[in-house]
Amino acid sequence: MYDAGKIITGLVIFVAVVTFPIWGSIGGSAEGPQPVVKESGRCIESAAYMRANHMQMLDEWRNSVVRDNERVYTSKTYGTKHDKSLSSTGTSLVSSGEKQSCMSCHSNKKEFCDACHDYASVEPYCWTCHLEPEENI
Amino acid sequence: MEDSRRDFLKKAGVGSLVGLGVVSAVTVIAEKTSEAGGHAPAATSGTRYGLVIDTRKCIEGCTVCSDVCHEIHNVPDYRLPNGDADLKNEIKWIWKEPHANVFPSKSSQFVSGNLAKKKHMVLCNHCENPPCVRVCPTQATFKRADGIVLMDFHRCIGCRFCMAACPYGSRSFNWKDPRDADNMKVIGKKGGFDREFPTRERGVVEKCNLCAERLAKGLLPACVEKCPEKAMTFGDLNDENSDIRKVLASTNTIQRKSELGTGPSVFYIV
Repeated sequence: MYDAGKIITGLVIFVAVVTFPIWGSIGGSAEGPQPVVKESGRCIESAAYMRANHMQMLDEWRNSVVRDNERVYTSKTYGTKHDKSLSSTGTSLVSSGEKQSCMSCHSNKKEFCDACHDYASVEPYCWTCHLEPEENI
Repeated sequence: MEDSRRDFLKKAGVGSLVGLGVVSAVTVIAEKTSEAGGHAPAATSGTRYGLVIDTRKCIEGCTVCSDVCHEIHNVPDYRLPNGDADLKNEIKWIWKEPHANVFPSKSSQFVSGNLAKKKHMVLCNHCENPPCVRVCPTQATFKRADGIVLMDFHRCIGCRFCMAACPYGSRSFNWKDPRDADNMKVIGKKGGFDREFPTRERGVVEKCNLCAERLAKGLLPACVEKCPEKAMTFGDLNDENSDIRKVLASTNTIQRKSELGTGPSVFYIV
């Protein structure tokens, strides 16, 4: 074999470069998104439930509010009543002291919603019509 | 006992006569029940919200109702560079239309007084038998149990069949992103929008929702509430004791293009 030294050295370097993504990440892991929860206290359901099901919940809400005029949600976990609203700033249907919408608590859309959605490359089209909380404008 | 051929034919004949009788009776009953539909749509049970507009009280040049409606619903106002309304992109929920255009099928020869020059407030008629609902391929437009013809903007694909079907021109298409309209930058507070209500996006149709979001809170539609002359009466057309039925009972009213069989829920005192 001619130039065995050069060829083997070259192969070793090539394999090392190609497999860099595998051995380079040994012992560490890529950082996941860290959404910032602004308000203390609990959400309308448990955090784990909301994390897994908020998209289905919002989808059901928008249908029941617009099509069936059912505008109040009763929490399955806590039994409390809440407005089915993503971003309204109007008066609450439940009681005057209540938060009216998701964005009443989670007004930090960039740090809360977008943190995960950007990471997962999800682009919900809520905000083409619904208005973001003013602090983001 | 074994039937003769003669007996069998007799029984078969009687049997088929009875069968024919039942079929024709069913058809007659079915026709009777659908007759109530016919030209004038059948009255629905339950709530049917409607409006009476007293055009005699409506002040010339006044735009309070349309201003408040368009402001709380984030309706864009497109203007041409010279300041005129941009009719091609116009979005309308409630607006003024000349008398002859509001009632094109009513006789317009020798129209009394200043009626010929008068403009009336027009809006979605929230029809009893809405043609827009019938043609919508995605059921984005639908009639609620209380008679309000509503749009589910989430479902609208912007095909504009409803605009072709509506005989009143009550529907508008968003050719542009409504958030870019000049008035959206000025209305109300920071950011320009009324934040209680969403905007629409480019590519959807929109129209009057009879303030469904206000009715849910027990409020009157904004146009009715804000009219300085109290020219509009809102109420349940199916409730004999409602204010609107009292007005309808006491004064002669007309509906727009009622001959089309749409059953408009907006009545006019002219």
